[in-house]
Amino acid sequence: MSISTFDTTFKPLPKQRRFDLQGRTFTTLAGLAALFIALMVAVIMGNIILNGWSSVTWEFLSGAPREGMTRGGIFPAIYGTALLVLLMVMALVPFGVGAAVYLQEYADQTAWSTRAVRFAVNNLAGVPSIVFGLFGLGFFIQFLGAGIDRALGLDVVYGKPALIWAALTLAMLNLPVVIVTTEEALKTVPREMREASLALGATRWQTVRHVLIPQAMPGILTGAILAISRGAGEVAPILFTGAAYFLPFLPSSPTDQFMELGYHIFVLATQSPDIDATRPLLYGTVLVLLALTFLLNLTAITLRARMRASLAGRS
Amino acid sequence: MVEKVSSPESPTLQKPIVPERAPSPETMAAAMQPSRLATQDFHFYYGALHALKGVSIAVPANSVTAIIGPSGCGKSTLLRSFNRMNDLIPGARVEGRVEVSGQDVYAHGTDVVELRRRVGMVFQRPNPFPKSIYENVAFGLNMLGLKDRSELSSRVEDSLRRAALWDEVKDRLDRSALQLSGGQQQRLCIARCLAVEPEVILMDEPASALDPTATARVEELVIELKSHYTIVVVTHNMQQAARISNQTAFMLQGELVEFDETRRMFTSPRAKLTEDYITGRFG
Repeated sequence: MSISTFDTTFKPLPKQRRFDLQGRTFTTLAGLAALFIALMVAVIMGNIILNGWSSVTWEFLSGAPREGMTRGGIFPAIYGTALLVLLMVMALVPFGVGAAVYLQEYADQTAWSTRAVRFAVNNLAGVPSIVFGLFGLGFFIQFLGAGIDRALGLDVVYGKPALIWAALTLAMLNLPVVIVTTEEALKTVPREMREASLALGATRWQTVRHVLIPQAMPGILTGAILAISRGAGEVAPILFTGAAYFLPFLPSSPTDQFMELGYHIFVLATQSPDIDATRPLLYGTVLVLLALTFLLNLTAITLRARMRASLAGRS
Repeated sequence: MVEKVSSPESPTLQKPIVPERAPSPETMAAAMQPSRLATQDFHFYYGALHALKGVSIAVPANSVTAIIGPSGCGKSTLLRSFNRMNDLIPGARVEGRVEVSGQDVYAHGTDVVELRRRVGMVFQRPNPFPKSIYENVAFGLNMLGLKDRSELSSRVEDSLRRAALWDEVKDRLDRSALQLSGGQQQRLCIARCLAVEPEVILMDEPASALDPTATARVEELVIELKSHYTIVVVTHNMQQAARISNQTAFMLQGELVEFDETRRMFTSPRAKLTEDYITGRFG
């Protein structure tokens, strides 16, 4: 067979335009959008830092609100927020990771029940947070809490807004985030790792516990980071379930109510008798909330970076 | 030399495995009693795909058996049936019998976890855990619940020695296994497998991801290990099969075409198909 049997003459290709108008327009628009976002963040942060900086004093951080919230500090709110987030994470991570491990490693992926659970998890993520707040009030306080009180023959101890119910409501709100990120993290663990473990005579549970979860840990932490960021700032879910307008004491038990920074900001902004006197405190509180969230995130991110390094063999 | 803590077979009990003149597979199965691994009319299905079509083979103890054949011939499927690693695949179905030391591994009530401890496996790509060298070797022992520190470390050392890796890693047992070279990682995976004292070691193309030097070291190791273990190696590489194995099985399209002494198979194969394959006419 000779090569010359097929046609080697082509029509000339269209000439490429030297000035790529579409490309340049798109690049410019995309760049502007990115710039706009950076600018927004800079304006918000700048405004808060400039106006809030002078209010953040030691007295502000360590004291309680005084004189109808026009004076004093926000320590009870910082304390309450930290406690709330801590309790939320303690409830959220084991439960969310457990659900994700079940869905990813044990459940029959083709069964309708598995798909129904996944569908429910995804829809849970779309439920407005105020609905979670009402759910928490109805389920945790009026059903669960009041039920415990009745069963134990107590006065109203559990059947009222409390730190524990607020934390559980927030945990419910963030459950989809943790489940989805954990599932994604488990999916990225190579099949070879599962096989290696099982081939050595490890049980399925041992494989999950000693191979899969350690390797999925950075992903699980990502979920926890997202949950912390969101949990520390959400007001609606705790509005009916435990946050207090003002408390003369710090919460000492999970059944106590608590003050919280996000809710305190709402109170300062809308419920103050003298809005001008409150404004510096308001800015200061916002700055503290942002700093606290940032600090919690930074801790988790550092931890995650260390774990990634160790999993990649650099340690 | 390798210090022996315990192994399923004492070296003194070894018999010459391969008879002078290798008989046909059927008579071989009978002659080799008790064979360490065996299948009888074994069928394997991936959903509708009939991957193994009535394979009967009897692998004698304390020897190296190579399984060769073109891609998709079912050699890995057969290998993974001996420790039931195929169980992980949805839609997999079996018929017939697979035996390890006379025990039917697909029988109801088989302890698959215990089976996999007894029948170790080394994979195509080295797959150490992202843990330290020590933790990798100790993994299986930890899973068995062995807690005693000094016993753990002596078993880890012993396994690494048997896998000819001890001298290279003894000063950095706490370093990540991922810092080792590919060949070292594969020998670590072999050490990890040896630590739980298997009777059988299945190797699924153990050197195909390694360079020639590392391949040679793994091959040497396989030859050394066969005095204590029954080894089955799936390989694409016919020279490798010729170098390391005592007997060779040739598979094609889910069937066992020929199973014979390696020397004989590569010099005077019985089946025309085997001859065509090993002379490179196809595959």
